[in-house]
Amino acid sequence: MRKINVLFSDFIKGLWQENPIFRLLIGMCPTLAVTSQVKNGLAMGLATTFTLLASSTIISIFRNFIPKEVRIPSYIVIIATFVTIVSLFLKANFPEISKELGPYVPLIIVNCLILGRQEAFASKNPTHRAIADALGMGIGFTLSLIALSSVREVLGMGTLLGHQVIFGNFRPWIIMLTPPGAFLTLGLLLGLVNIINKAVKNRKKKKQ
Amino acid sequence: MVKELILVFIATVLINNFVLKYFLGICPFLGVSDKLSSAISMGFATTFVMTITAPVAWLINNYILIKFDLPFLQYVCFIIVIASLVQFVEMVIKKFFPLLHQSMGIYLPLITTNCAILFMTLQLVLREYSLIKSMVFGFGSGIGFTLAIAIMASIREELEFRDVPESLKGPGITLIIAGILALIFVGLAGLIQVR
Repeated sequence: MRKINVLFSDFIKGLWQENPIFRLLIGMCPTLAVTSQVKNGLAMGLATTFTLLASSTIISIFRNFIPKEVRIPSYIVIIATFVTIVSLFLKANFPEISKELGPYVPLIIVNCLILGRQEAFASKNPTHRAIADALGMGIGFTLSLIALSSVREVLGMGTLLGHQVIFGNFRPWIIMLTPPGAFLTLGLLLGLVNIINKAVKNRKKKKQ
Repeated sequence: MVKELILVFIATVLINNFVLKYFLGICPFLGVSDKLSSAISMGFATTFVMTITAPVAWLINNYILIKFDLPFLQYVCFIIVIASLVQFVEMVIKKFFPLLHQSMGIYLPLITTNCAILFMTLQLVLREYSLIKSMVFGFGSGIGFTLAIAIMASIREELEFRDVPESLKGPGITLIIAGILALIFVGLAGLIQVR
């Protein structure tokens, strides 16, 4: 029973408490670059989750065999291999998405979220815990990308996943689709997350 | 020829600024931009590595990957080149310029995971630049990064004495300022015609 509890807490912390984007502020480049549409945000989230899961598994299996001095280069080569797989897979099966994500697919290699998790977690913990951690972090990352891209897509085009959601006399805010819109939206969302966190903390204090 | 090189340089520094247009290197952009001096050190360290990486990546791509028909090894090869060059540069600086190493030292390992460098190497292959053009492109993207991070650091130094809403303190307000900066750089887009 205790074992399951540990696994569950490894998994759940990635969703809110240690959410990679809103709490730890890592993996920002793809976050800002591909979130002009929910479709692209979702694809990037899933691609990152797969890479994180696969490399966490491999690295935690081999954690006792990789010499400490060369661990970072070894991690990067393992990650780069999986990213190559993802990139070829997307090119073959989803050419349209592959084209839209373009140069940002190879950049998953240097996403600090993935390397950070290897260094902080997978290289020190047994495989089943590393998998739980990778899943939680990956899903937390994907959910944050969806949150950010839905704000941008709804305000920027009036659609959600390609379906019209705002009707009537609405003029799309084109700026939301451009780089400035990405920075502004993420900045304001970070503020919102901080406000929610503070409210939750205050309520806990009152209860005590 | 020279005119073309100057155009590539201006286009990479101002119009297609790596940070504000392509969102590359956001982690150091948020992390190291609280003091102007460290921001500039970080910027020049990155520029240095980029200028060296560009021709090396070009040579490897043209004389190894294309010659032996191994395009699928591109990502793995480039990331290894970047990681080892960063290590090499760090050793050289430590040996010959110990003073410089003291001020720049902690930033050098971070550069490996700066996505701007990997992006730069992949782009110069994609755009089929020549060797000299690649070097100018690498140098220009480094200068563009330095420019963006230095502007941000000077604004943030002023910001310390201002009244920022509690929940936006730190990264929140930095991102909003970056948004406004990006807006300004969008305005530069009509400066010259680039593809």
